[in-house]
Amino acid sequence: MPALAVSSPLQSVPDGRSHEVAPWASAPFDPALAEEARRLIGRLDAGQRLWLSGYLAGSLGAAVAKAAPAAPAQPLVTILYGSHSGNGEQLAKRIGETLSSRGLSFVCLDMLDCRKNHLQEAQHLLVVVSTHGEGEPPDSAKPLYELLHSRKAPRLERVRYSVLALGDSSYAFYCETGRRFDAQLEQLGAQRLHDRVECDVDFQEAAGRWMDTVVESIAREHASSASIESLSPSAALAPASATIATAYTRKNPFQAEVLVNQRLTTRNSTKDVRHIELSIEGSGIHYEPGDALGVVPRNADEDVGAVLERLPFDAEAAVEVGSQPLALREALSQHFDIGLLTRPLLERYGAATQDAELVRLTSAGQEEDLQRYLRGRHLIDLLQDHPPTGLDVAAFAQTLRPLAPRLYSIASSLRATPGEVHLTVSHVAYQSHGRERHGVVSRSLALLTDEGATAPVYLQRNPAFHLPADPNAPILMIGPGTGVAPFRAFLAEREAQGLHGRTWLFFGDRSFWSDFLYQAEWLEWRKSGVLERIDVAFSRDAAQKVYVQQRIRERGREVYDWLENGAHVYVCGDAQAMAPDVERALLELIQEHRAVSAEQAEEYLMQLQRDRRYRKDVY
Amino acid sequence: MQTPPHKDLSRPLDELHPNERLKHESRYLRGTLVQGLADPVTGSISADDTQLTKFFGFYQQDDREVREERRLAHLEPLYQFMVRVRLPGGVCTTAQWLALDAQARATANGTLRLTTRQTFQFHGVLKPNLRKHVQGIVAAGLDTIAACGDVNRNVICTANPLMSPAHAEATETAHRLSAHLMPRTGAYREILLEQPPAELPANEETLYGATYLPRKFKIAIAIPPQNDVDVYAHDLGFIAIVENERIVGYNVLVGGGMGMTHKIATTFPRLGTLVGFCRAEDVTAVAEHTMCIQRDHGDRGDRARARFKYTIEDLGTEWFCSELATRLGKPLEAPRPFHFESSGDRYGWQQGSDGRWHYTLFIENGRVSDTKERTLMSGLREIAAAHDGIFALTTNQNVTIAGVPEAQRPVIDALLHKHRIANEVGSTGLRRNSMACVAFPTCGLAMAESERYLPTLIDRIDVILREAGLEKDAISIRSSGCPNGCSRPYLAEIALVGKAPGKYNLYLGASANGDRLNSLYRENIGEEQILEALRPLFTSFATQRQPAESFGDFVIRSGAVKAMLAGRDFQR
Repeated sequence: MPALAVSSPLQSVPDGRSHEVAPWASAPFDPALAEEARRLIGRLDAGQRLWLSGYLAGSLGAAVAKAAPAAPAQPLVTILYGSHSGNGEQLAKRIGETLSSRGLSFVCLDMLDCRKNHLQEAQHLLVVVSTHGEGEPPDSAKPLYELLHSRKAPRLERVRYSVLALGDSSYAFYCETGRRFDAQLEQLGAQRLHDRVECDVDFQEAAGRWMDTVVESIAREHASSASIESLSPSAALAPASATIATAYTRKNPFQAEVLVNQRLTTRNSTKDVRHIELSIEGSGIHYEPGDALGVVPRNADEDVGAVLERLPFDAEAAVEVGSQPLALREALSQHFDIGLLTRPLLERYGAATQDAELVRLTSAGQEEDLQRYLRGRHLIDLLQDHPPTGLDVAAFAQTLRPLAPRLYSIASSLRATPGEVHLTVSHVAYQSHGRERHGVVSRSLALLTDEGATAPVYLQRNPAFHLPADPNAPILMIGPGTGVAPFRAFLAEREAQGLHGRTWLFFGDRSFWSDFLYQAEWLEWRKSGVLERIDVAFSRDAAQKVYVQQRIRERGREVYDWLENGAHVYVCGDAQAMAPDVERALLELIQEHRAVSAEQAEEYLMQLQRDRRYRKDVY
Repeated sequence: MQTPPHKDLSRPLDELHPNERLKHESRYLRGTLVQGLADPVTGSISADDTQLTKFFGFYQQDDREVREERRLAHLEPLYQFMVRVRLPGGVCTTAQWLALDAQARATANGTLRLTTRQTFQFHGVLKPNLRKHVQGIVAAGLDTIAACGDVNRNVICTANPLMSPAHAEATETAHRLSAHLMPRTGAYREILLEQPPAELPANEETLYGATYLPRKFKIAIAIPPQNDVDVYAHDLGFIAIVENERIVGYNVLVGGGMGMTHKIATTFPRLGTLVGFCRAEDVTAVAEHTMCIQRDHGDRGDRARARFKYTIEDLGTEWFCSELATRLGKPLEAPRPFHFESSGDRYGWQQGSDGRWHYTLFIENGRVSDTKERTLMSGLREIAAAHDGIFALTTNQNVTIAGVPEAQRPVIDALLHKHRIANEVGSTGLRRNSMACVAFPTCGLAMAESERYLPTLIDRIDVILREAGLEKDAISIRSSGCPNGCSRPYLAEIALVGKAPGKYNLYLGASANGDRLNSLYRENIGEEQILEALRPLFTSFATQRQPAESFGDFVIRSGAVKAMLAGRDFQR
């Protein structure tokens, strides 16, 4: 079994990198690739290695099927994913595992890597795609999206497909990208294998059901493919699945004790940003810089109490949550978003209550009035303005949307601070319509000050935002505000690894004096050479507002030189304004210093993205 | 006598204090200041540059109040700069006052601080504003060159040139000495004023050389019977000898200075030694040669003993006089008789020899700011706008509104009352003769509070004074947050010198006219013990004092402390 050749040295020598060299010498890799693979594996813990060996064994079925002349020339299933957060990738991999377990061959592709021929040769196409901003595709999905909508789009009559659309119902264009992919694939002649499923932020259940259904129907169609099934190394898969099952998840979070809860912004700052250190001692959670930590939300008791007071229901009345009965109070605390209102919620609530005003607001052509009403209003305001007359508790609960977990880019390195996870949390607090409003998770984190207080957390991997495999690759980090968190993790990691230089950070915030997150650490790292360069922009210190993109422009020549020298560009933070502004700045400087057209600059940046050298973690 | 071989300018740099090499290699103070000012990631400049910028009149400090808070928040200290003006003789025009007032509100912490060396200090100037701040001062016709650093500092002089022709002459001398002894480096102009380099010889500092002085050098001019400048407390003191309203020359005092280190007996305050008399036309030459003697012979190995007073103490006045005579081409003449009455200021309206009036306004600890009770800063601004003349800063941190015509007096009075800043009739003599250094939260050397504490301590001492009936007596009290003695504490009848937060050494027994140091009375005590120590002394002073006897003299006669006759005994 080829899989054993990989897994045996890893399993027998838990942490002896030098011992791994010998088997590699005879491995069928060129030396550079072997070195890269070895280094990558060296960074994994035992659990991760086990998972990987299972994964490789699973995908091997596909690879072998692809290569074997007797088997169908192409994998049975092509999984395409496109998302910013890593959720899409995670789901795609779960589909792969499920297919493997059924002995079905597949290939799993980031949309960024999907070419025309992949589509034309596909038999079953499973698309997992998220929606961003005003209904836009994630960056990695854009080239494919554009291809499908262009005149170069292939005809796809032979393809059977299904779309899993990820979205957030608090946005106007909910799951828009998924809808368009679905419609366009149909336009191009592809046959729907299963109707599109749309998932809100609480996607796990709906996605799971879709996955089960589509895999089941593919399996039924190909019940005869026993020869492929025999290739599936189920022995290797079993422990891998087991590892995943026992890992902490949103449903089964780890209770991480708070070690430090320190305000980073000064008393006179306009913001309250916290540095929170959590203990993950004994959790087995093993993260890499770039990964995120999910924090399970729980609405504040006083907010739940206020909502209950407005409701004509018994707080202990049972409502159904994910087919489980739960007391209303608990459901409102843990499962329903009682914060900002969204259009779909208003639609559902209006339809259920038959409230004339809500029906009007959510009807076509009322966008302005609707947005005016939605702005700054929470569920409590809706209940006050439009009481849920005529609804029973179940009908009321059905109008609500699920409470999404919050993901925080991890600000620490396990290597530098073992047993700890550090987060950079901006405590969202503001006034609207006469009420104090708070971010659900940021407030609960900010309030975790008592000794022994814990936060329910789980690891959300984000491999797309990990450090380059090559430690010598220069890295350019752009992270204003709390977006700087993963870069603290990067530098801590690189310091722990004894690496120097080749790092450049762009940071920005409101005020140098009060909001310079982790200033003392950047200065230390600059002094010790871990951080080669740092440029800063503070928007409220001078009459003229200055943002990071301006600094990037000012340093255009040097930034371009870094790109030409193989730099990996990481952008973390605000997706609405910052990330597009930064991208514009990058495009401009590429155009200027490469002396090329706007289109060529875009192609250059796109190539960086395909090479995984332009990575974003924006929210 | 020989200079100890390990100390002076003749030794290789390696054998001297690291600051000597720093100065030597700084390209006449340029260092890396340009890069430091341009670095937007830190509010500080490099440690080496902080030494060099002192020569340009600014000091890097940080708000010590928030140091710990910021450390916990992963922020660097709240760095900021103290900027000091060069203001020979303490004279500024009212137009200049208005400019500095505006500058304080634009690029500093919104207050002005009048110093014991007769100039303005700004606090809380942030790095991005530093150049703008200095340029604002220069635009007002002033500068900050050599207000700190190992050079001749601001030359001080008995306040108010409009008081008499002698005062005018002395002030003019202060200007002349300051200009003559000013560093010439082009660095100030290039880096801070951002002007094209001036034409300079390769050796930019013909007087100082590349390593400047071993430490600071201070000159004061007093016009008897006023000793407001504490003429004994400076490296070089000139006592004006006035005949027929003209200064004919100066008695020369050498080797005075205040600073010491707690518990290190080889460091001590010292009063200048009277070494002779020079004619008025020779005063610049005497000043230059004296400074250069210190340049060549001062201790460059140990900065705690690098002041001129130790050179004089170690090598003797006889050696100095012969060295000076050699350089000057003639010996000093025999000192002339003189008499000092007081080191305090004369408050309220005084009439000058030309008939014009001068109002000396008491400013508690020299801090010019507005409070709920008194709008001092606004008041002085309004007076400066109404009065086309000069404001004379005193070395007791007060200000004299100078040259007011008789007819204009009511206008000034009205403004003083409008802003509730006129000298309070009810203030005790002790408060009017109080002085404190800045200390917390900005001074990096402070061990205890000073400016922010002394007024409230005086509130409590006042109660005892009133009980004893001493509220009118001009008893001097000075506090200092550390033993370096910016408020000249060792010349106060009562002095508090900080040891630790809330703890002070209590010194008593200086003379009222500034010619005798005080002596340690109680060590390391807090407020209650200070009050307990003073109460019985005040009571007995009130009942047992001799006619015209000062409190400082009384505590010696009554045996509370021994008279301190030589600085070298101060810490023994």
